[in-house]
Amino acid sequence: MKHIISALVQNRPGVLAHVAGMFAARAFNIDSLAVGRTDDPALSRMTIVVVGDDKVVEQVRKQLAKIIDVVKIQDFSGREVVARDLMLMCVHTPPEKRHEILALVEMFKAKVVDIGQKFVMVEFTGPEEKIESFVEACQPYGIKNMVRTGTIAMAKFSQTTSED
Amino acid sequence: MSKSAHQKDSAQTPSSELPIKTGAEIIVDTLIEQGVDTMFGYLGGVVLPLFDKLYDAPINFIIPRHEQGGCHMADGYARASGKVGCIVATSGPGACNLITGIANAMMDSVPMVCLTGQVRTDLIGNDAFQEADTTGITRPITKHNMIVKDIKDLQRSIREAFFIAKTGRPGPVLIDIPVDIEIAKYQLQPLEEVTLPGYKPQEKGHHRQIKMAAEAINKSERPVLYVGGGVIASNASEELRELAKKANLPVTMTLLGLGSYDQREPHSLDMLGMHGTAYANFAVQECDLMIAVGSRFDDRVTGKIKTFAPNAKFIHIDIDPASISKNVNVHIPVVGDAKYILSELTKEVQHKDRKPWFDKIADWKSRYSMKYDTKSPNIKPQYVIEQIWEATKNNAIIVTGVGQHQMWAAQFYKHTQPRHFITSGGLGTMGFGLPAAIGAQVAKPDSLVIDIDGDSSFNMTMNELCTAVQYELPIKVCIINNGYMGMVRQWQELFYGKRYSKSSLKNPQFAAVAEAFGAVGITVDKKSEVKTAIAKMLAEKRPCVVDFRVEREENVWPMVPTGKSLHEMDGLDIFESMA
Repeated sequence: MKHIISALVQNRPGVLAHVAGMFAARAFNIDSLAVGRTDDPALSRMTIVVVGDDKVVEQVRKQLAKIIDVVKIQDFSGREVVARDLMLMCVHTPPEKRHEILALVEMFKAKVVDIGQKFVMVEFTGPEEKIESFVEACQPYGIKNMVRTGTIAMAKFSQTTSED
Repeated sequence: MSKSAHQKDSAQTPSSELPIKTGAEIIVDTLIEQGVDTMFGYLGGVVLPLFDKLYDAPINFIIPRHEQGGCHMADGYARASGKVGCIVATSGPGACNLITGIANAMMDSVPMVCLTGQVRTDLIGNDAFQEADTTGITRPITKHNMIVKDIKDLQRSIREAFFIAKTGRPGPVLIDIPVDIEIAKYQLQPLEEVTLPGYKPQEKGHHRQIKMAAEAINKSERPVLYVGGGVIASNASEELRELAKKANLPVTMTLLGLGSYDQREPHSLDMLGMHGTAYANFAVQECDLMIAVGSRFDDRVTGKIKTFAPNAKFIHIDIDPASISKNVNVHIPVVGDAKYILSELTKEVQHKDRKPWFDKIADWKSRYSMKYDTKSPNIKPQYVIEQIWEATKNNAIIVTGVGQHQMWAAQFYKHTQPRHFITSGGLGTMGFGLPAAIGAQVAKPDSLVIDIDGDSSFNMTMNELCTAVQYELPIKVCIINNGYMGMVRQWQELFYGKRYSKSSLKNPQFAAVAEAFGAVGITVDKKSEVKTAIAKMLAEKRPCVVDFRVEREENVWPMVPTGKSLHEMDGLDIFESMA
């Protein structure tokens, strides 16, 4: 099962290596890891998607908390979250198919960010499943390239106020 | 990345009265401020500015013959004294040679600060001479590590390192210091409380959890206290004794827990686990409540985890929340320092008779007391250890290498007080004995320190005899010499059809080696010479090595083969035949 864990870490060199190394050393399976700065320049946030049962996730949480530069851990298991991935994709656009692809982009509320003679580059943000179905829909036209970030997530506001 | 931290630092304008010092001076001043009076370490190019300052510093400095030895010395020093062990090494090979010692300290939760030199900041990453990514290499085997790339961070980093090393679950912390930082100048900073937002060890346990634990103890008919090295680390032996006495609980110890509870006390079940006593293992398997304190349910203790203490509820007291429910499901977790929690727990528990349980234990104890063939004409390793006990009683600090001799030292020496049994439990580092004994002797110059070693363990680090001779440390080394990697041979006998693949050794004449190093060497070939050799060794003021040529194919019993449950011990029939 997939679990989303959010870790607030000190913005110091080596922290990412430490966190990633802990996962590798303990044979925990990372599905995705996204890191970015927060409003406080001294802190970064890592959103980690882990695959495993409750016991594994509990250990991940505890072992993460043990790392000195990790300030706070939130485990989103069993909570309603807003989770998003970002994807950039280059799709083949033969002239006769171009309108079909643009219609798809429209339907999925994606965004064309670059257009070439043979390709369009599309930006898409959304929950993972929606990205998967968009990829599937684009597959027949030929995907030249795609790149995705890991998931970032936040607990829904109504819940964060009561539990944090 | 660390720009923000610098901004913060420069925001607090240092008081102009504080002197400007070089990095090396700041290091020495801060070490002294942190209470360091003894250090271990080896020189090298990039740590020369530091060693130049150490020339005049009031610090007792021990130079080992190899950085690994130095690291084990700092380890033995820390365990014997309860202080933080401190070791210095140069960059590249120096730092790399520390690895085994650091990993050993990590696995056994030993407080240690390692200072490593690094190439100049502008050379880092350029494959400079003697460059290694020390923080990268040591990240998985340290509690924390850091590289100081700005002189402004140096003093704070050292203070943080000591704070992290000795608080919470203790462990090794490494600071990598480029040589230009040692030469750079900065103002000394006033002592401030260390603030680490991500590090807040919880020392006082949750009161409700402690109450729940007490209730479970009060209800229990067949409890067992299962005690690990954490009790020794938190100096909680007295609190442990009081709890065991008041609540009337039998106590079994892990290898690292030995010494936390006096084994001469009737409540002691001695060591449990793979080579633990049968009565401890039976008691664990039949208990209805297991109270684990500062122990982490190592596989050498639990045997097959699924059938470990199958009818028991588990209370787990530990400072490290990650240890709780890692290997077994814990019913009542109490996160905190053993010293505090045990004394709180003692207030809440009641005395309970539990006669049937103690009768059962007494029966196991009488049937399965530790035995060996005392009639054998050969020198039995167990006999040697018994004689060392007889000659020293509870006065000696016993240090060991790793292997059969270590298990016999655990089984046949009576451990009576904390910090008097120093052994490599978690990592199982062969070669630990001699250097750790040197460290313990440095920490306790007036104590009798005996390294009970194996021939192959001793072979690994015997060059450190030089160190013992140079610093006039009167350590005693008793080699249980069977000409084999003994434990490996035992496994080959039991599990590989006696095919002793590569496990026999051509040893040097250890006594002659000792003499060549400037120590005293004694060889013992006959059983009748054992006692006199020990007496001679104890009378000796110099470092002394006694080479006991023991029976070559003696095994450690009882033994729980890997993958078996704790009560499925081999060797009990041997015990019965000797009854």
